[in-house]
Amino acid sequence: MDFSLSEEQAMLADSIARFIDNDYDFESRQKIAGSGKGYSPEMWRNFAELGWTAVPFAEEDGGLGGGPIELMLLMQQFGRGLVVEPYLATIVMAGGVLQRAASAGQKEKWLTGIIDGSIQAALAFSEPQSRFEFTDIRTSAKKDGDGYLLNGFKNLVLNGGNADLLVIPARTSGSQTDKDGITLFAVAADTSGIDKRSYATIDAHQAAELSLMDVQVDADSVIGEPEQGFAALAAVIDQATLAVCAEALGIMRTMQDKTVEYSKNRIQFGVPIGTFQALQHRMVDTLMALEQTQSLLLWTTMLNAAGDAGATKSISALKYQIGTAGQKLAQEAVQIHGGMGVTWELDISHYFKRFTAIELLFGNADFHLNRYIDSP
Amino acid sequence: MNVNLTEEELDFQQEVRTFLEEKYPDDIREKQDKRIPLDREDSIRWQKILFEQGWAAINWPVEYGGTGWTPVQKYIFDRELGAVNAPEFVPFGMKMVAPIIYTFGNDEQKQRFLPDILQSNVWWCQGYSEPGSGSDLASLKTKADRQQDHYLVNGTKTWTTSAHLADWIFCLVRTSSDVARRQEGISFLLIDMTTPGVSVKPIITIDGGREVNEVHFDNVRVPLDNLVGEEGKGWTYGKVLLQHERTGMAIVSRSEYRLKQLKDKAAQSVHGAAPLMDDRNFAGKIAAVEIELKALEYTELRTLAAVAVGKAPGPESSILKIKGTEVQQQLDILFLEAAGYYGLPYVPDQYRVDFPKSEWIGHGAETKSSLIYFNNRKATIYGGSNEIQKNIVAKHVLGL
Repeated sequence: MDFSLSEEQAMLADSIARFIDNDYDFESRQKIAGSGKGYSPEMWRNFAELGWTAVPFAEEDGGLGGGPIELMLLMQQFGRGLVVEPYLATIVMAGGVLQRAASAGQKEKWLTGIIDGSIQAALAFSEPQSRFEFTDIRTSAKKDGDGYLLNGFKNLVLNGGNADLLVIPARTSGSQTDKDGITLFAVAADTSGIDKRSYATIDAHQAAELSLMDVQVDADSVIGEPEQGFAALAAVIDQATLAVCAEALGIMRTMQDKTVEYSKNRIQFGVPIGTFQALQHRMVDTLMALEQTQSLLLWTTMLNAAGDAGATKSISALKYQIGTAGQKLAQEAVQIHGGMGVTWELDISHYFKRFTAIELLFGNADFHLNRYIDSP
Repeated sequence: MNVNLTEEELDFQQEVRTFLEEKYPDDIREKQDKRIPLDREDSIRWQKILFEQGWAAINWPVEYGGTGWTPVQKYIFDRELGAVNAPEFVPFGMKMVAPIIYTFGNDEQKQRFLPDILQSNVWWCQGYSEPGSGSDLASLKTKADRQQDHYLVNGTKTWTTSAHLADWIFCLVRTSSDVARRQEGISFLLIDMTTPGVSVKPIITIDGGREVNEVHFDNVRVPLDNLVGEEGKGWTYGKVLLQHERTGMAIVSRSEYRLKQLKDKAAQSVHGAAPLMDDRNFAGKIAAVEIELKALEYTELRTLAAVAVGKAPGPESSILKIKGTEVQQQLDILFLEAAGYYGLPYVPDQYRVDFPKSEWIGHGAETKSSLIYFNNRKATIYGGSNEIQKNIVAKHVLGL
């Protein structure tokens, strides 16, 4: 039995933790979130210099060869710091697709820039009708000479407004929800026919709606085999789900700690409110929810690191736990903070909002409960 | 056992429905349904329509302009308004300070304040909570020192809804610290918001909105005439007020309206995808709320039946507040779940009348669902948090 980290892993966790403590306090975060791009290009350059943008990529591609464990360590700290930089969209999602399926030429063209921090990217994984089923794709790619014509609509493209590269799943055959017939395209964001509508999300991240009207792309832009995009897409959505679950854990632990701390300092009826048993028991309940979720995170991460056959199912178990026990923890943290919990000024409301966004991302508790039941 | 309405009550119900069909303005209805916030002028216009009908002050005694309705009529009226999602009366003047003034105020105060409240000419806000005094309201520190011809008020009130729109504020202030119990020495004072030394600072809420404020009093001179009732008895008056606040919170019919909206939405298919209602998990959660809401409707009816035979609304109103707000919040999260990824865009600007339709994100008001979920976490915190409500039930119902 050994839950301890390797020396390299411990150093990575430590360096991110120190960064959050020293350079990413809540005030700085709020400033960045309110700035023009909604993230800090300077911070992003720091991330690249510190090697974090290289973490999950293979060494032969210029990465550090990290896996689910490294990603978990990083994302937990990003949760604690409420980091708004588009690590999930650029590195885990778009980068993840390239890592798994791109040709050497495509990696040279896009992945190198993603790793060195010079390219922002996004994966257009969702459409208005698809809800949480990423295979539900109406966007079409029709053969057009040597290349393709893309038509369709993508909603919630995380980092879509700031991205230089758009990874676009489109249907080249099959019916709307088939696994086969999905083709992945790497498309420069300034390609004509792409109409972007950028917006901030409730958690101060950035996203865009994309309207694709006769977007002409050449055959080289196909990532991997035509029609066979499902495997890479599914693997990336799984890793992204695991990543936001780890981030959620960082948020939950921070909310729990801040709530307990608040209850020790907030005086009502002449005593700290933390002396009331009614509140003590609830904070013990949320502590148990937190530790149970942490246990599931470790289990899931280890299954994923080992490439276990049950890895996908375990991600659904974790996501369900976060959407139920985690949601309760987040709501209790706000409630115990009283009126202060629903102010913009205090950080607790911003943790709550990011947590809520994560609850929905890649499927809520209901969705993953069904997926868990349906998994072998 | 019979919950049927009498002939007269059915006639009255029809009268209310006819009135709403004819007089509820379309533009306000549209804003309500699209969840576009009403501005002050909208609220006043609607309240004046009710006033002209003689239906503004449904709880007041007839002599001051009240309706003289039976408890059942008041219930019918509230339900019918809720059933068409008509705006709720801004409570601070009509439902909160007016009952204190006509119960404990002197004749001059009644003449001075009640007609303007009745006609919605003057906008009020409530100065109870302070930064250090939330659930423990009796610890409040805002001081009113009695001078020759005025009180000198110093202190800070917080969570003051609509203070930035208000003309007057009613406050609980400390007029004496030399008392055996903290509840003594508190007085009920009416303060003109334009008095020098009164300043209002916004508190931005979780959803980015401005509805609450801090109100600062810096050597504010308040005429002695603005004291309601006896000095040092303000706590007793304030408690009556809180009871009034709690009885207005169950809002069953409004939750029923929302539940129906949600079910309609969940039954629809989006671009050929299966309707959300086909998901047994989601349908099960809808059913659970529906059952809870039905129970709440009958709990409210039982309270109403007690009031109808002359019993005062007591601690049972705490039960309505607790369950009523819980049901609201369950609905909030189901709306967000139904919105899916359309719950994520933060686009409050699109909920303005002049927002261009071509820029709109979502099919309806889905992008509002997250903001409502966030904002309405307050429902279990304000007006006496649900923890405080449970203390009241434990003490007064269970005798613990």
